[in-house]
Amino acid sequence: MAEAHPVGFQWVMEAKRRGAKVIHVDPRFTRTSALADSYVPIRAGTDIAFLGGIVRHILENELDFREYVVAYTNAATIVTDEFRDTEDLDGLFSGYDPDRTSYDQRSWQYAGHETNGQVDTATERDTAAGLRHESHGPPVAGQAQRDETLQHPRCVYQILKRHYARYTPEMVERVCGVPREKFQEVADAWVANSTRDRTTMLVYSVGWTQHSVGVQYIRTGAIIQLLLGNIGRPGGGVLALRGHASIQGSTDIPTLFNLLPGYLPMPNHAQHPTFEDWCTSIQHPGQKGFWGNARAYAVNLLKAYWGAAATPENDFCYDYMPRMTGDHGTYQTVFNMIDGKVKGYFLLGQNPAVGSAHGRAQRLGMANLDWLVVRDLFMIESATFWKDSREVETGEIAPERCRTEVFFLPAASHVEKPGSFTQTQRLLQWREKAVEAPGDCRSELWFSYHLGRIVRSKLAGSTRPRDRALLDLAWDYPTEGPHAEPDAEAVLREINGYEIATRRPLASYVEMKPDGSTLGGCWIYTGVFADGVNQAARRKPGGEQNWVALEWGWAWPLNRRILYNRASADPEGRPWSDRKRYVWWDAERGEWTGYDVPDFEKTKPPTYRPAQDAVGVAGIAGDDPFIMQGDGKAWLYAPSGALDGPLPTHYEPVESPVRNPLYGQQANPTRKVYERPDNPTNPSPPEPHADVFPYVFTVSRLTEHHTAGGMSRTVRHLAELQPEMFVEVAPELAVERGLTHLGWAHLVTSRGVIEAKVMVTDRLTPLRIEGRIIHQVWLPYHFGSAGLVTGEPANDLFGATLDPNVLIQESKVGTCDVRPGRRPTGPDLLDYLADYRRRAGLDGHHPPIVTADRDGTRPADDGAPDDETGPGRQRTDRDSHEREG
Amino acid sequence: MGVRTWIEGWPVYRQLTGTDPLGRGAAAKSAASKALTPRTDTADSVARSICPYCAVGCGQRVYVSDGRVTQIEGDPDSPISRGRLCPKGAASLGLVTSDLRQQRVLYRRPYGTEWEELDLPTAMDMIADRVLAARDATWEDVDDRGRPLHRTLGIASLGGATLDNEENYLIKKLFTAMGALQIENQARI
Repeated sequence: MAEAHPVGFQWVMEAKRRGAKVIHVDPRFTRTSALADSYVPIRAGTDIAFLGGIVRHILENELDFREYVVAYTNAATIVTDEFRDTEDLDGLFSGYDPDRTSYDQRSWQYAGHETNGQVDTATERDTAAGLRHESHGPPVAGQAQRDETLQHPRCVYQILKRHYARYTPEMVERVCGVPREKFQEVADAWVANSTRDRTTMLVYSVGWTQHSVGVQYIRTGAIIQLLLGNIGRPGGGVLALRGHASIQGSTDIPTLFNLLPGYLPMPNHAQHPTFEDWCTSIQHPGQKGFWGNARAYAVNLLKAYWGAAATPENDFCYDYMPRMTGDHGTYQTVFNMIDGKVKGYFLLGQNPAVGSAHGRAQRLGMANLDWLVVRDLFMIESATFWKDSREVETGEIAPERCRTEVFFLPAASHVEKPGSFTQTQRLLQWREKAVEAPGDCRSELWFSYHLGRIVRSKLAGSTRPRDRALLDLAWDYPTEGPHAEPDAEAVLREINGYEIATRRPLASYVEMKPDGSTLGGCWIYTGVFADGVNQAARRKPGGEQNWVALEWGWAWPLNRRILYNRASADPEGRPWSDRKRYVWWDAERGEWTGYDVPDFEKTKPPTYRPAQDAVGVAGIAGDDPFIMQGDGKAWLYAPSGALDGPLPTHYEPVESPVRNPLYGQQANPTRKVYERPDNPTNPSPPEPHADVFPYVFTVSRLTEHHTAGGMSRTVRHLAELQPEMFVEVAPELAVERGLTHLGWAHLVTSRGVIEAKVMVTDRLTPLRIEGRIIHQVWLPYHFGSAGLVTGEPANDLFGATLDPNVLIQESKVGTCDVRPGRRPTGPDLLDYLADYRRRAGLDGHHPPIVTADRDGTRPADDGAPDDETGPGRQRTDRDSHEREG
Repeated sequence: MGVRTWIEGWPVYRQLTGTDPLGRGAAAKSAASKALTPRTDTADSVARSICPYCAVGCGQRVYVSDGRVTQIEGDPDSPISRGRLCPKGAASLGLVTSDLRQQRVLYRRPYGTEWEELDLPTAMDMIADRVLAARDATWEDVDDRGRPLHRTLGIASLGGATLDNEENYLIKKLFTAMGALQIENQARI
């Protein structure tokens, strides 16, 4: 945090000054470690084992915050007797289908609700359905059997206890390399600081998401925080430190293939052929909570898109929406480019040649397009791959044989356009424009508006049905200034939504109507323009308001700063303690009140109990704080929604030098793989030849650079502060491999080779795992060939294997070889890599997905090629080497 | 210059007689530095802004003179950052005023070996033509069972996550109306 979010870290230091204990768990000793009370080195990719050990410690010793756990979580809920745990099935849950490498979730459901969970999980994986739950829980029926004594053998509490029983301090030591005493210190501190009077905060940076089990990492953290009563309370929570100014906004108002604004799903051709199908799938009729109003959110979006053309009679132009048929994510798209299926590509402030995993695939994909549009502040590697990339050096791309037409359009900077960023805690902050953009530099607002305008004018008069969606589009934004810039506030008004007849801005999403009389582009942002005022532009100084600072900017939803803050009060609505009071029930005035905007219906008393058949908002009881969940409870156990299991389970990273000490199942059995010759995976046990890539590598940021470097390697001060690509290695590894401090080394995986200067340092700790030493090396991922300072991109080392829930790649851990000296150059490099792949047995071979010993015969331990093909395992026989320039 | 002025201009004299016996402030000040004023005092205007790097969302004040950004400082009013900026935020003046910034459209024709110049309206028109051609060449009306698809898989986009909400909104709206599905951003990565 001190490295990548230094100004946010000031608050950690404030807390430390006031007596908080700061613990830092990381594979590498960083500037955060230096300021922490305790630093815990860990093997990359083993966080679930570590956190699972904490869960076990809490449950075995009954240290949970019992009143909170019983009232607010699903700990008491009884699960169907069909459920089988990973403890029973060697690392698989019940319902696993090895052909589809995905689960049938029916046996995970609450007792009495076994008919839930009938979703096609392979399709859910391809469409990253887990992302839809960012603002709400997945479906579950309202009423469930409960045992509030938590003694029933099939209640969630007991299932959890059995699931983590083997995650002992000894096991944590074996898996993570964390000494027992160190682990115990963390467990004791966490528990001791989580009471009515005190709360503990879990902070992660989004490297946590870049794992094949990324979603389950975060769920493990959430389980601990719920068991200890740290959710919805001040000073608690699970906080994601996101790495880009508006990456939260880019998910809320998504430029993502599977989502529409406000986490509405992009329609699927089979599941949502009609408007009714689509609305019903969002609304889940019969379910409790705020998604009961989903039809209004959907109608308001379609009205915002197609304006007057969208009417109840034509289902608000639902037929204009494109339909998903599977995985259309960025990695599938890149492989489609290599296969010649994509014609045009826009890069809008993004540099995948450096910033995405598997750089070679990114560049070869771009070299096989009809056209590419790059919009950026500076000339970046993704715009110049045709003349100076690694593949030009190896002869795989030759400018005179590369047909991709490239347009480079310079972009306006953040001071040259007004607009809002949504920062990491859902807070929208408006920026004023300071100056005009120079030369041809323009905002993305300008680019998209005028591209749409020109495209529409070229189609004018068309009678083709496919063009109606463009011609009927509500695209009449006012423009201003010498460059005819669209008015950003007008766009924000549309996002907020208004009553169409009067243009009165809506104050809340509860004002959205399903009849077409209101429109709004993103229901969760409704209220940002309440009273016709740009609430995101509010700047009441922090010193002139309380510490919650409700009058600085605006947070979704409805300016609530801590989500589910009803949980900061006990079931009767009283603060858990005076010290931690935040939101509470004022019985005299008959309303919820406090320092924050209550995340609860304002006048629903704690004593409210829904009728047996109540659904939607009315189905939420006065003591159910988790109002977006189908049962009003926070989920320790997820009967649906997580495709890789109802409980987080330790799997090894897809590339690991270690055999999973806990289960026969080595890696996530539902991970998304692309089995192609150009996307090999290094072997891991139980496969042979793992020793060809014996070291673990991980990557992260430096304070002085930003992601792929486009905004930092080009800035003089920053370039001077961190001028060179380097690799950090432990002194023991330097001896083992003959590496010299400040000398050169190169790193090899089955995808690529990069070279870097060597930094020999004890910031990396050799870890004792299963009786042997595992070395980890660390690299920054900011470097590329453009800018003031250059270096080879660490992301070239990774392949593309993804988390099944959200389709994010595993790019925080892999295996590699480390060799002294510089890498081979030119075409020799291809031979060098081919030799590694041959020695690793990777010619045409991909690791088996299933390694669990479910019935006594462990499959695929012999390393034989696995020819199964299914929806999760796409292969093509066409090697990109055959591609013509 | 009179003798008195000359003597008073001597730092040691000021150090011995003035309020700065350690010679670390007023006593050490030269006439030149005395005449200096901060750029922030003389700016024509100040824009309230937000740092464009990570997602902490630190407040920035952007000082402008003669239509040019002259200084960017942390905004002390921000309850998030309390006026502080990290090395990147503090260097953002260098980001926006860098002479390395591309300010003109560049074009690389198929099989070309060098960049060429192109004016912006022409580039926009060419891009629009290519979008429509790619869309027509790859359009899918229905699936094999006659259910609507209404889409093209021939066009893709990958956006950064330092774009504004309003920009993302228009990008998604336009591409959706175009039938383009493969619209992604850094949040996937």
